[in-house]
Amino acid sequence: MGSRASTLLREEEIEEIKKETGFSHSQITRLYSRFTSLDKGENGTLSREDFQRIPELAINPLGDRIINAFFPEGEDQVNFKGFMRTLAHFRPIEDNEKNKNPPATEPLNSRTNKLLFAFRLYDLDRDDKISRDELLQVLRMMVGVNISDDQLGSIADRTIQEADTNGDTCISFQEFMKVLEKVDVEQKMSIRFLH
Amino acid sequence: MAERWRSALLLCLLMAASSLANSETPVSSSTGNETTGTGHETAAITTLPIVTWKWHHVEVPYLVALWVLVSWLCKLVIEANHNVTNYIPESALLICFGFILGGMIWGADKVQTFKLTPTTFFFYLLPQIILDTGYSMPNKLFFTNLGAILIHAIIGTCWNAATLGLSLWGCHQGGAMGNIEIGLLQYLLYGSLMAAVDPVAVIAVFEQVHVNEVLFILVFGESLLNDGVTVVLFNVFDAFVSLGGGAIDAKEIVKGIVSFFVVAFGGSLLGTVFGLLISLLSRCTKNIQIIEPGFIFVLGYLAYLTAEMLSLSSILSIVFCGVCCQKYMNSNMDENSIQTVRYAMKVFANGSETIIFVFLGISAIDKTIWVWNTGFILLTLFFILIYRFIGVFILTWFLNRSRLVPISFVEQIIMGYGGLRGAVAYGLAVNLNETKIKEKNLMVCTTLIVVYFTVILQGVTMKPLVQWLNVKRAATVDLTLVEKVQNKVFEHMLVAIEDISGQIGDNYWRNKNFEEKWMSRLLLKPSARKKQDRLFNVFHQLNLQDAMEYVKEGEHRGSLEFIRNESAFVDFKKKFGEDYEEAMPDIMAVMADDQGSLNDPVSACRRDPVPSVSLEMHEQNMRGLREAEGINSHYLLDQHLYKSRKQHRYRFSRSHLDINQDENEVQEIFQRTMRSRLESFKSGKMGVAPPKTITKHTKREPQPKVQPSARFNRKHKSGIENPVNPVAPSERAQVRTPGHLHRLASLRTSAQPGDTVRDRNLLTPPPPPHRDDDHL
Repeated sequence: MGSRASTLLREEEIEEIKKETGFSHSQITRLYSRFTSLDKGENGTLSREDFQRIPELAINPLGDRIINAFFPEGEDQVNFKGFMRTLAHFRPIEDNEKNKNPPATEPLNSRTNKLLFAFRLYDLDRDDKISRDELLQVLRMMVGVNISDDQLGSIADRTIQEADTNGDTCISFQEFMKVLEKVDVEQKMSIRFLH
Repeated sequence: MAERWRSALLLCLLMAASSLANSETPVSSSTGNETTGTGHETAAITTLPIVTWKWHHVEVPYLVALWVLVSWLCKLVIEANHNVTNYIPESALLICFGFILGGMIWGADKVQTFKLTPTTFFFYLLPQIILDTGYSMPNKLFFTNLGAILIHAIIGTCWNAATLGLSLWGCHQGGAMGNIEIGLLQYLLYGSLMAAVDPVAVIAVFEQVHVNEVLFILVFGESLLNDGVTVVLFNVFDAFVSLGGGAIDAKEIVKGIVSFFVVAFGGSLLGTVFGLLISLLSRCTKNIQIIEPGFIFVLGYLAYLTAEMLSLSSILSIVFCGVCCQKYMNSNMDENSIQTVRYAMKVFANGSETIIFVFLGISAIDKTIWVWNTGFILLTLFFILIYRFIGVFILTWFLNRSRLVPISFVEQIIMGYGGLRGAVAYGLAVNLNETKIKEKNLMVCTTLIVVYFTVILQGVTMKPLVQWLNVKRAATVDLTLVEKVQNKVFEHMLVAIEDISGQIGDNYWRNKNFEEKWMSRLLLKPSARKKQDRLFNVFHQLNLQDAMEYVKEGEHRGSLEFIRNESAFVDFKKKFGEDYEEAMPDIMAVMADDQGSLNDPVSACRRDPVPSVSLEMHEQNMRGLREAEGINSHYLLDQHLYKSRKQHRYRFSRSHLDINQDENEVQEIFQRTMRSRLESFKSGKMGVAPPKTITKHTKREPQPKVQPSARFNRKHKSGIENPVNPVAPSERAQVRTPGHLHRLASLRTSAQPGDTVRDRNLLTPPPPPHRDDDHL
């Protein structure tokens, strides 16, 4: 992107992002203005604090995890491309995409990629398995204070039991996909981006 | 054997009815007989009669009751054979029974004495069906798809009417129909009455097919809402026919369009007003619970009649009455009343539906309306199908461009095929004025044939078609725990992404909307229940079921004495403590006496029960416990998962309490988030406090009410420690003051490098919540 902090989005960047994520031109420009409004430091990247500044995220049980999902492994800053890449997971799956010649790599908003995103919310250590502890953490975040640890533990155990087919008391990504095969992921993980 | 006996009974009843009717002058079942009511013999009597035959005295009500009985007996006979009803929908079979009965009456009387008159149909049979659909309408689904439904209802119906009328007229001009006297206007009138998809038929056919709920609500919603259009079109064209072709100019057409808006919106508004009236009433009926269920029926019917009186759309009125009042009624009324209303509605609706279909069959056997015109009838059938499909495809194409989940091609086919015509069309046809419309009989006949075609043929083939096309069916399985958790995760994710990307998405009502603030206060009883009744009731039912099973098992073995397992006794009172005491005093009373271990399976498990006398009982115990534990997990999750912002909108509540819960949940989440952020922040950058993060939040955070204090405290008294606990106890006391966020801020700003000890105290990850074992 060049050494100069640029607040203008160049055409070729828009084209790149369009190809990679499938957003339309107007959606990209709209999201870019959102990006810049969040970017208080005006250095073309967002840090975790920038996200945390959004008040509604503070009262979202999974807020911090989702913020985390924007940042690639080990990094603390995310640029606009990374921002869009993460948001692309939430694009609705369109019918005509299935009909046209299938793209070389799987689009970011395919069902598998959506589920991978959801999977990564649990799996913090990126070992491709959701362990009992990781599940417990997420459950704890989503549940009120009236459930004791024991109860939550038993819920976590039963949940793993339901999904775990190879008996390693962890949920792998394949098991995750399998147990959610009846769920309408396309609808539950899509939002309508305004044009 | 039983069926044959029943059929024989049916026939006997019918012959009796027919011969009774035969012995008097033929009369339609709905119109009164002038000679009833007098009852007294006018002939001179010579001696005191001990018993007299007073047929005239009771004729009309007797016949009505008898017909209702006969129709319901038909249903009984039909439902006895499930293998038949799997292939042929019940409505089709009822029509066939109607044919048979009609044939018998015709054979006895040579004239059709009983038929479905419009008055009976529109005033006595239809309202309860529509009220039932409105009352049990899945509101959330209905309103999310309202756009699609309205487009199909309004534009689709107009399209159907116009194209049918014009095509038939075109064919008439082309000579395909021979010599009949129908002008363009009459064709349009005919088109308008045939255009409407019928709700009764749709329910009857779709209910056996179990398509997925979105598809169902689209077709069904359309069938309900198109009444607005049908009424307008019918009245407009009827008036035009009366006025004659010459008097129609632009002014009349404009008036027609205006009347559409008035009729449709007026009807809906009227229905809403009645719905609110009922809700308000249900708030005050605590002392007359015995007739509480009756109000909805009376007021619903009044809504229907008032709309008829004002020439607005009566179906729309009663639908919206049901839709608006269901939520408040279900929260305000006593549980028994709710059950009563639900069951009574179903009884009336189903009963009426049965009668309608039987009479549709009977009405066919009437020589006066047997006017056959091949061209007219066949072309009507053809055009109805074709234009329905074309209309659906075009409209759905438009809709899919803005829908989140597009309607698939297969579903569109089902939508097109599900455009069933029914009794409403027939009723309207019979209402045509004979003098102005010479070919009324032809129209009635065609309408009947179309109705039979759609209900019988399309009804029979609907299920195989759905299966063949592999349409997505309704989800019948319970959600697994994983799915439940994951659904929640998805919800929270979506809300977060919407916030991050600055989209509004589906959240049009960001703040506690008008509905919760004003309507709930006004229309809901301010009784104090902590959680929603539903959950308690299900929990209660589950426990009752378990209890009943144990009793059965015990009685089987002699007595219940040995099941009592002292060491597995769980003090239900202690576990849930004072929290639930006021909330469910009746359950408390029951549970306190019932010392079964089934009340709290989770804790019972932990308690390691001593094996009871009978080993098999113990096994059953453990099995039951394990299953119950599974169920318990589900219910724990259901109760305790934080709601996302989307869900907050759709809850109904007993005003105060749920709002308080929101505040608490929000506080909990907020504090937890802040703490974890602070931790990670501290570990990242040493000791530089970021005051700026706090100030922004102070403004947005909703001010907690003072009222929840008592409840907030008690919720946590039962021993499960609040993760906020590591913060100084006085912190919690001050949590409820408006300045609580400042306090948190001040804590943070005081977290200077020098203050290490206190820091560590604050910032250690929440210790595993202390468990007080006796409280479990």
